[in-house]
Amino acid sequence: MSANTILAVEGLQMGFDVRRGGKRQHVQAVDDVSLTLAEGEVLGIVGESGCGKTTVGRSIMRLSRPQGGRVMFRGTDVLQADDKGLRDLRLSIRMVFQDPYASLNPRRMIGDSIAEAGDINGAFTDRVDRARQLAESLFAVGLDPSLASRYPHELSGGQRQRVGIARAILPVPSIVIADEPVSALDVSVQAQVLNLLMDLRARLKLSMIFISHDMGVISCVSDRVAVMYMGRIVEMAHARTILERPLHPYTLALMAAVPRPDPSLRIEGAIPTGEPPSQFNRGSGCAYATRCPLATEICRAEVPQLRPLGERTIACHNVAG
Amino acid sequence: MLNVSDLTVSIGPDAAPVDLVSGVSFAIAPGEILGLVGESGCGKSMTSLAAMGLLPRPGPRIRSGRISLAGADVTQLEPWRRVEGGHGAMAMIFQEPMTSLNPVRRIGDQITEAVLVREKVSAAAAAGRARELLELVRIPDAALQLAAFPHQLSGGMRQRVMIAIALACRPTVLIADEPTTALDVTVQFQILGLLRELCNKLNMAILFITHDMGVIAQLADRVAVMYAGRIVETAPAKELFGRPAHPYTRSLMACMPIRGTGTGKLRTIPGRAPRPGSIKIGCAFAPRCPDARDICHQAAPPRQEIMTGHNALCAFPVSDGRPL
Repeated sequence: MSANTILAVEGLQMGFDVRRGGKRQHVQAVDDVSLTLAEGEVLGIVGESGCGKTTVGRSIMRLSRPQGGRVMFRGTDVLQADDKGLRDLRLSIRMVFQDPYASLNPRRMIGDSIAEAGDINGAFTDRVDRARQLAESLFAVGLDPSLASRYPHELSGGQRQRVGIARAILPVPSIVIADEPVSALDVSVQAQVLNLLMDLRARLKLSMIFISHDMGVISCVSDRVAVMYMGRIVEMAHARTILERPLHPYTLALMAAVPRPDPSLRIEGAIPTGEPPSQFNRGSGCAYATRCPLATEICRAEVPQLRPLGERTIACHNVAG
Repeated sequence: MLNVSDLTVSIGPDAAPVDLVSGVSFAIAPGEILGLVGESGCGKSMTSLAAMGLLPRPGPRIRSGRISLAGADVTQLEPWRRVEGGHGAMAMIFQEPMTSLNPVRRIGDQITEAVLVREKVSAAAAAGRARELLELVRIPDAALQLAAFPHQLSGGMRQRVMIAIALACRPTVLIADEPTTALDVTVQFQILGLLRELCNKLNMAILFITHDMGVIAQLADRVAVMYAGRIVETAPAKELFGRPAHPYTRSLMACMPIRGTGTGKLRTIPGRAPRPGSIKIGCAFAPRCPDARDICHQAAPPRQEIMTGHNALCAFPVSDGRPL
């Protein structure tokens, strides 16, 4: 763990038991995930639905209770923290959620929603101070401070997501975990909100974990990128390394599938099918082997471990150099 | 095949209607995919529902305009009347297949039912056709999957089943309203490939509605861009992406997060789209337009031809291929 590491996740394990067709089934949502976040860094976690990216984010906040592993923040293990420790932690690490409609209480004025964390933790000296800090946070996210007395239904989607962000930076945290913060927004608004997040990151010296299914969005905001598939990190490197030379077959497939505004990449006909395998009772071997064009015997027999390869880490039997 | 001319869809009282779609015209030929692209609230779904004859009632209604199918006026006909009248069939698929499928019936039965609505054949023949349809949409082990319930299938497979049901009536026009928006990108890619394949194989006309410029670029033959209820630009896909002329199209393209752009600032469109009916005079995009001049705020913009098949609803379109 280097000196400027602010957060270290080690060997995270998180599984759920679910009932399907009358049978209890086990889903290993996160399987042995380790990652670090440096001071001031933006780590992007990208993957498709069910890959475990959200569960990783929620586990760091201990909104999910992982069965194994450690989440080290400022020398303590988040997963072992007591109630007091957890409350402090959730003031230092904050979350922005995907759906600003669902994550704001429709019956509370947005000012009260934004100030809630500060109210609970005694961050305001008096009412005047509270109003001032509230106005500052609204101003910081580009909203008129008079909106504090409005209700969520009076705001547009983009404004609501700005409220979600204002709530995450009052009081100012060390780390923001943004889980698909722009996925529900139109592209023109999406760009505004991404710019805002990057502004705040620089201005408030935030470290950030940015979770998204969208490789385009991830590439615009991240310093480093971790690609997840079926609960595991399959490739992790600096954003530029991944974008310019993706090596894991899944990263390649993911990037090839991102629709690009370029008619010369026209889809001419059927594309070979292949979908993620069932999340239940996975067999042995690499989870991507069922779809992978490079898969060999060893891929079906043995789970590839993450290993360093040049500037990146990668979990694949068939990639060398 | 499908021809929509000067379509206006409105809500509210007749004395003071509010237009959700105004003066929209387009035509789609057999074997062609027309992409209709725009942001939420721009009227793209209203346009497709009106074309399909599925506007919710009470509520929005067609105030003026004409929808014709294979040359016959079907503006006031419900979808099933169009089929009975021999005008050819239209079918539609939606964003979320799970809400369109019956959760307690096997998919084979649901496809068979759709076949029997249209064709007077025996139950066995209809079941056989259901299997063919599943094979047509490339569902592996079609014969076995007929017995599956919707919840046993993945999102991508469910959307394939919806496409199979849509194809049961042998449509000449297929309307696809954001059919891949709820899917993962790798699965989306496969469904787009399937639609292109079916379009070619069955010589269907497809109206493909999406908010995603990337999807449009890779799938559509021609593109219509909608803003505030109007088509602001129409062009062949290559032409539109090579030489976008309308400032809205250009802004939309410029603010897309594209991989490899690094962590620099993204371009944005200031402000937000107007509410329907709020802009009475001038161009609806003028308040947000980087190139707006006084006249744009005062008079409705003209539709100007950039080249054959490429026009823009703008007083000052970019016609010299100036970079974004």
